[in-house]
Amino acid sequence: MSLTTFLQQCLTGISLGGAYALIAIGYTMVYGILRLINFAHGDIFMMAGYFMIFAMASMPWFIAVPFVLLVTTVLGVGIERVAYKPLRSAPRMSVMISAIGVSYLLQNLATYLFTALPMAYPEIPGLKKIFKIGGLSASFVTFFTPVLTIVLVYLLITLIHHTKMGMAMRAVSKDYETAALMGIDINRTISFTFAIGSLLAAIGSILYFTDRMTVFPFSGSLPGLKCFVAAVFGGIGSIPGAVVGGFVLGMGETALVAAGYSTFSDAFTFVVLIIILLVRPTGLFGEKTTNKV
Amino acid sequence: MLKVDNLKINYGGIEAVKGISFEVPDQSIVTLIGANGAGKSSTLRAIAGLVKASGGSISFDGEDITSLPTAKRVAKGITLCPEGRHVFPDMTVLENIKIGAYLRNDSLEEDIQRVYKLFPRLEERHWQLAGTLSGGEQQMLAVARGLMSNPKILMLDEPSLGLAPIIVQEIFNIIKRINQEQGITVLLIEQNANMALKVADRAYVMETGSITMTGTGAELLANDEIQAAYLGRKK
Repeated sequence: MSLTTFLQQCLTGISLGGAYALIAIGYTMVYGILRLINFAHGDIFMMAGYFMIFAMASMPWFIAVPFVLLVTTVLGVGIERVAYKPLRSAPRMSVMISAIGVSYLLQNLATYLFTALPMAYPEIPGLKKIFKIGGLSASFVTFFTPVLTIVLVYLLITLIHHTKMGMAMRAVSKDYETAALMGIDINRTISFTFAIGSLLAAIGSILYFTDRMTVFPFSGSLPGLKCFVAAVFGGIGSIPGAVVGGFVLGMGETALVAAGYSTFSDAFTFVVLIIILLVRPTGLFGEKTTNKV
Repeated sequence: MLKVDNLKINYGGIEAVKGISFEVPDQSIVTLIGANGAGKSSTLRAIAGLVKASGGSISFDGEDITSLPTAKRVAKGITLCPEGRHVFPDMTVLENIKIGAYLRNDSLEEDIQRVYKLFPRLEERHWQLAGTLSGGEQQMLAVARGLMSNPKILMLDEPSLGLAPIIVQEIFNIIKRINQEQGITVLLIEQNANMALKVADRAYVMETGSITMTGTGAELLANDEIQAAYLGRKK
C-alpha cells in the first residue's frame, strides 16, 4: 500500500471516528448522571437524520441545520421527561427497560411514518466538495469532522469544569441528595445533560449521514451499538474516554476495510468489546474513586 | 423561626416519626438527641425536603414550606450538612466550598476568606481533592460548604460521627462561634448527647419517633434519667 493510500485511509478512519465520538459522548454523559445506558440514543441519532431530510425539503440549509439541532434536542429532553423521569426512584433495571422500549418505539414509529425504504440524505452545500491536500483527496466533511469533534469536545470539557452548570452536573452525577442540598435543581441538570447529548448526536448525524447518503429506520441501531461500545471502551462516564473510544473504533473499522476484510468491519467493534470487558472492565479511563473513609 | 407541627414521616408503612412538634427560635442552638432509629435524621431530612412528610406541617419565618422542593428551601436559607459529611470526593476543597454557594450570584471572595478563618486547615488544602482529606477535615469542609449558602438556619446531622474527641471539641467550638459571631441559628442532632447538651440553648429528647422530654441544655444535662440513658452515668 502506498503512503498516500495509507494516509487516505487514516483520514477516512479519523473522520468516521469523529462522528462516533460525538455520539459516544451522549451515552457516556447520560450514564455519568443517571447510571443509565440510554438505548434510545442511537435512534435519536436516526431521527435527526429524518428531520434533516424533511427540513432540507422546505428550508434553505442554513435554517435547516439549526432547526434540526433544535428539534433533536427537544426530542432527547422530551424522551427523558416522559420515559425516564417518572422512574427516578425506581430500580435501574426498570429505567433501562424503558430505554429499550423507547428505542423500539422510535424505530417502529419511523418505519410507520417514513416506510422502511432508505431515503436519500440531502446534501448540505460545501460539505461534499472534494478537497485535495497533496496527494490526498477527500470531501470537505471528511476533513471537517475530526476538527469539529475536537472543538466541540474542548467546549464541552470547558463547560463541565468551568461553569456553574458544569459544576452542578458533576455534583448530580456523584450524589443526588447532596447536590439537592446545595440548591441544585436535579431535574433541570438532568434535562440539560440530555440536551447536550442529543445536540451532539444531531451534529454527529449530519456528519455521518452526509457520508452515507441514506437514512432508514434502523440506521441508528448499529452505529448506536458501536458508539455504546466506544463509550465502554473508553470507560463509561468519562468524556475523554468516549472520544478516544470513538476514534479507535472508527480507525480500526476503516483499517479492516482497507485491508480487504470489510465483511468483518462490524465484528471488529464487538471483538473490541469482548476484549476490553475481559482485560479491563472499567475501560481505559474508567471511574476512579478517591474515597477515603 | 422554624416551626415543626405534628410532623409525621412514613417509610413504606412504618412510622418513623409519629407526630412531633418543636420550635427553633431565632439565633438559638437547638438540639435533638436520642438513640439510633429514634427519627432524628428523618426529621432533619424532612425539614430539608429530602423526604416527604406524611402528615403535619413545617413552617419557616411564618411561611408554610411543607411541600417546597429542596432547592427552594435552600434559597430561603435552610441548609443541611448531611450525616456522613458527603463532600464531593472528586472536586477540590475550593470547588466544594464554592458549590455550597451554588444559588448565589454575588462575589464569594469575602465569604471564602471567612470560612478559611474558621477552618485554616481548608485554606492550606484548598487545591486537594476532597476525597483525600481526613474524616475531621471532611467534616470541617461540609460545615464550611454549608455556611457558603449564607443560611439563616444551619442543620447539622451528627457532626461528631466517627471523629476523634479532640476534633469533636474543635467542631463544637466552631458551631458555637458560628452561632454567636454570625448569628446563624443552629439545629443539631447528635448521639454524643454530652457535647450537644453543653452547647444547646434548648434540647429535645427523641425516642422511637416521639419527643419524650424537653428543656434547656443545662436542665437536661442535670436530669437523672438523661444521665442514665444517654450520658452513661449511674442513677
